[in-house]
Amino acid sequence: MQTNLKVKRFNPGEPGAQPYFQEYSLDVHPDSTILDALIQVREEVDGTLAMRCSCRASICGSCGMRVNGRARLVCKTRVEAVAPNGEQLVIEPMGNQRVVKDLVVSLDTFFDQIKRVDPFLKPDSVPEQGEFIASNESMTNLLISMNCIMCGCCVSDCTVLEVDSNFIGPAALAKAWRFTEDPRDGQRDERLKKLNDEDGGIWDCTRCMQCVEVCPKDVAPMDRIMEMRDAAIKAGNRNTSGYHHTESFYNSVKKNGRLDETRLAIDSAGWTNIPRLLDLAPIGFKALLKGKMPPVMPHKAEDKQKIKDLYEKVEGEQK
Amino acid sequence: MYEHDLLIIGAGLAGLRAAVEGVRNGLKTAVITKVHPVRSHSNAAQGGINAPLTDRGDEWEGHALDTIKGSDYLADQDAVEIMSREAGDAVLELERMGVIFSRGEDGRLGTRRFGGQKVARTYFVGAITGSAMLHVLYEQALKHGLQVYEEWFVTSLIKEEGAVRGVIALDIKTGELHAIRAKAVLMAAGGAGRVFEPSTNALICTGDGLSLAWRAGAPLMDMEMIQYHPTTLARTGILLSEAARGEGAYLLNSEGDRFMQKYAPDYMELASRDVVSRAEQTEINEGRGIEGNVLLDLRHLGRQFIEDRLGYLQEVAVEFMGIDLTEQPVPVRPGMHYIMGGIKTNADGETEVPGLFAAGECANVSVHGANRLGANSLLDTIVFGRRAAVKSVDYVKTIGESGSNSESYLEAEKKRLQALLDRKPGHRTAVIRNEMAVNMTEGIGVFRDQASMERALAKVHEMRKKYDEGIYVEDKGKVFNTDLVFALELDFMLDCAESVAVGALMRKESRGAHFRTDMQDRDDENWLKHTLSYKSEEGVRTDTLDVTITQWQPVKRVY
Ligand SMILES: Cc1cc2nc3c(=O)[nH]c(=O)nc-3n(C[C@H](O)[C@H](O)[C@H](O)COP(=O)(O)OP(=O)(O)OC[C@H]3O[C@@H](n4cnc5c(N)ncnc54)[C@H](O)[C@@H]3O)c2cc1C
Ligand code: SF4
Ligand code: SF4
Repeated sequence: MQTNLKVKRFNPGEPGAQPYFQEYSLDVHPDSTILDALIQVREEVDGTLAMRCSCRASICGSCGMRVNGRARLVCKTRVEAVAPNGEQLVIEPMGNQRVVKDLVVSLDTFFDQIKRVDPFLKPDSVPEQGEFIASNESMTNLLISMNCIMCGCCVSDCTVLEVDSNFIGPAALAKAWRFTEDPRDGQRDERLKKLNDEDGGIWDCTRCMQCVEVCPKDVAPMDRIMEMRDAAIKAGNRNTSGYHHTESFYNSVKKNGRLDETRLAIDSAGWTNIPRLLDLAPIGFKALLKGKMPPVMPHKAEDKQKIKDLYEKVEGEQK
Repeated sequence: MYEHDLLIIGAGLAGLRAAVEGVRNGLKTAVITKVHPVRSHSNAAQGGINAPLTDRGDEWEGHALDTIKGSDYLADQDAVEIMSREAGDAVLELERMGVIFSRGEDGRLGTRRFGGQKVARTYFVGAITGSAMLHVLYEQALKHGLQVYEEWFVTSLIKEEGAVRGVIALDIKTGELHAIRAKAVLMAAGGAGRVFEPSTNALICTGDGLSLAWRAGAPLMDMEMIQYHPTTLARTGILLSEAARGEGAYLLNSEGDRFMQKYAPDYMELASRDVVSRAEQTEINEGRGIEGNVLLDLRHLGRQFIEDRLGYLQEVAVEFMGIDLTEQPVPVRPGMHYIMGGIKTNADGETEVPGLFAAGECANVSVHGANRLGANSLLDTIVFGRRAAVKSVDYVKTIGESGSNSESYLEAEKKRLQALLDRKPGHRTAVIRNEMAVNMTEGIGVFRDQASMERALAKVHEMRKKYDEGIYVEDKGKVFNTDLVFALELDFMLDCAESVAVGALMRKESRGAHFRTDMQDRDDENWLKHTLSYKSEEGVRTDTLDVTITQWQPVKRVY
């Protein structure tokens, strides 16, 4: 079948180099993956095209790229699935990572993030012989995150990393979860506290879902981050605006059956956090001008009792 | 100038396990790898790792005998004994480092069955065992602050007074060549699957380590022993792990028969790999295949079981074949998978060249002989990776500072690479590689004979000539010049291809994976021997070496 690729090229080795697009049109096998097509370009048309690839079987994590604006593992994406009628495929390097050449990005961003979460087991004591005893469920549960192949797709498309390079990022946080959930690890509370307190930690995710969407291995980093938020709160970490936000949200709905947005904003910042409250003031003022300021006295839902009942049911189940 | 006590080439399981040991022993250790460590091909291992855990009733002798029988009695039995005895500790130690393994009811490690063994002693993590192990060893490397030259490509070894004393390497990201000096160099550069087409191996498995050691004077041993795996996907050659059959999958021919009944009534689908691959090829050749394939049927295992224990296999079948294993059998055929042959070492990883150690798939200890058992390779990497590093500790102590000639090596290598870049337009790497690789599979396949092997060797010589006269690197840039790297890899692959063909022609019998249709019997009288090849100015020099037998006398091999 015919396929048309539009590939972003960039070679910083050349003086005054600027990124540009190059188009390739070629005849590929009907079962071809995008990787097969790119390899065909490299082998038959243009030997100067740089990219990483190795296993061809979605396990080594080398070939993350952007296809039509979304990060994908190209060995796992069939041409036919995304461009059945020869539509043009725009191939670019992953985002949020420095481009080394063409489709190759620097690995430093990704692995520097990984290094921030102390990515190794820290047991209290190690058995001298034999293995740690642990249930199969507690171990296979960790596979959700162990399936991560460190391809960087989630980092590429994370909306927070786009504006805040200090965020630890989805993959590294999913890796952190793998240790906070590992029954063999002895530093669970310390890890959670650090992830909770740290700038760029678990509370900086905006829950945009991008990482869940693009991950080729169903690691669902965002879900792992949310689980760690829960765990961090349960472990007694209540010093973050994230926690206050959650708590205010929870109490407001419980009390009024609806969300009190003004209170939510102030609670999240903290009542005594004057600088942060002053920061918020102009936002409130603008909202007022545009008629979007939430009422100072909250509305109440009509059937409040039903909502309370729901709360009690869930709280009961959790106990 | 970069200087280390121990420089390890390769960051797969063998390399990283060795590195951890080097650091623990206080050696100034560094690893150099052409891809990021977690991209090493060890991550592709699916099925598991064998270990007779004696603390729960298994016997190391049982594993040793299965391994030796699997090897068709070509393995050196002293080395196998060491591997089987150390296996349990080696695997449990990985668990204690953090590797997740599937477990049983009692919370201890659980097993599955693998081919060529009656006892279930394969430890695993779903179908991502290699990846799970590699990631944890990488974690350990981070923990120990190991120095890693990432995306550096070794182009040659430095020798001084007959001993290896470092490497010349290309920093792929910058295009600069550097000399790295070391008192000992450990080759852990993996296999050579790309010498064949198709192959289950990653595109980076180009036999660099085999060739580098060969050029430095170390002999390659039993290179004719190429493993064809019974269950690889048509066209792409991607692997479906033996774990499928270990967990109970059937092999069927076009008539719907479980044909292994005829070939291995006792072990059925779980006979040794060479036996199953030959059976499949015979069915296909005799007209009971389906477009050159047989069928692997998992349907009776049920969806839940498949997803829990063989999840990655399901992913591969769906993604690459559009087949849901719970609903349809999947067409498979024998495909090149592993090279039993390699750099000759003793059980401490020492090669015949001082200062050069080797471990993992590029080495030949020999524990796999003429046919490797599934799940024995991961074991090989961690047992002998560790042992080689331990041995290098003693060696490093004996090495003082010596006059350095690394600069002259560096200059020579710079000239060589520049000459490659300066060539006039000629043949692309891929053209020569494909012609060589397709031809190797044809000539030195599941079945082979004198004529086919001679054709293969002649073709290799022809391709070598074509390379020397006309290889062309289109990319002239410095930064991330993969075109240049591929040309250098092909140079290594041609060496490997030659040594495979030479070894194959040397062995005048059938044994394990080396099955000659013109000499179908095993000949213990004359060929209980390893084949050796040396690279020399005049061409390839050959030799043989007796197999070490300890307590298991060769008997007829039936499954
Ligand atoms: C698909 C598949 C599934 C498998 N499943 C199993 C299984 O279930 N059980 C089992 O026991 N075995 C299995 N095997 C075999 C096993 O995975 C390998 O034999 C083993 O992992 C090899 O490990 P290694 O450390 O020797 O080499 P590799 O992991 O291949 O590492 C080689 C290293 O060398 C580096 N390198 C190579 N050349 C250079 C150079 N020129 N310069 C710098 N660095 C270089 C690479 O970057 C890499 O880091 C499987 C193999 C395949 C292909
Ligand atoms: S959900 Fe959070 S971690 Fe995931 S991409 Fe969005 S902001 Fe990043
Ligand atoms: S979490 Fe998913 S997308 Fe992110 S690096 Fe891991 S495998 Fe890739």
